Amino acid sequence: MKERYPDVTIETVCRLLIPPIQLFGLYVIAHGHYSPGGGFQGGCILGASFIMMFIAYDIGEVKRRMREKLNTILCATGVLIYAGIGILCLVLGANYLDYGILHQILPAYPAKARALGTFGIEIGVGITVMSVMISIFLNIGTAGEHEGEPE
Amino acid sequence: MITVLSILLFLAGVFFFFTATVGLLRMPDFYCRMQATGKGDTLGAFLTITGLALYNLNHGFTLAAVLVSLKIMFIVVFIFVANPTATHAIAKAGMDCGVEPWTKEGGNT
Repeated sequence: MKERYPDVTIETVCRLLIPPIQLFGLYVIAHGHYSPGGGFQGGCILGASFIMMFIAYDIGEVKRRMREKLNTILCATGVLIYAGIGILCLVLGANYLDYGILHQILPAYPAKARALGTFGIEIGVGITVMSVMISIFLNIGTAGEHEGEPE
Repeated sequence: MITVLSILLFLAGVFFFFTATVGLLRMPDFYCRMQATGKGDTLGAFLTITGLALYNLNHGFTLAAVLVSLKIMFIVVFIFVANPTATHAIAKAGMDCGVEPWTKEGGNT
């Protein structure tokens, strides 16, 4: 890899901008019912904040904040949330991802339960999209040769 | 009144975008083009988006309209921080890769 050129301006601005970007990503995930957005878009924004960290600092910074193991676990957890809510609906006696039935276990009437179920799905999708984007970028950006990986 | 003010802001923003484009097309080398577009784009976007936020308040200062205008102004703040940094990063990358600045004697365009 090429040598790293430290730059005060870029590092300071990234340190300033990354927290609002991540907050905006969470907002896009949580506000997906009422405005443009949702799990995929919010997850992409969250992943892009880590990619920005990778560009401004180096790969060590990203791996210190989001370890490879944690990233892989999060990637699976999002899919688990998605499929878990879907299968929970199956267990309660409705179709797959038919959230309305969740009012039997949530303290809410069916329409509210439907909104909450969609929200849970979007959280799962957001987590998965974020960690997969980080993983893809780390592996492509270093041609799959970054340290700390077993051979 | 608000409409006239926002139209004036739009016109000023369009003027700065126009100068940025002229600079991009007419300047002799990489660094001159960088500074023309960097400055012109930032100020043009600032004026245009401020005009949009003002025009959004055209039908009275209700809470929803003020909130939308505030969100638009957040975009302006973001552009004002991010755009000069991106210009700086590109110019620095050009310097690191050995792009020669234009001089009157050298004249290498």
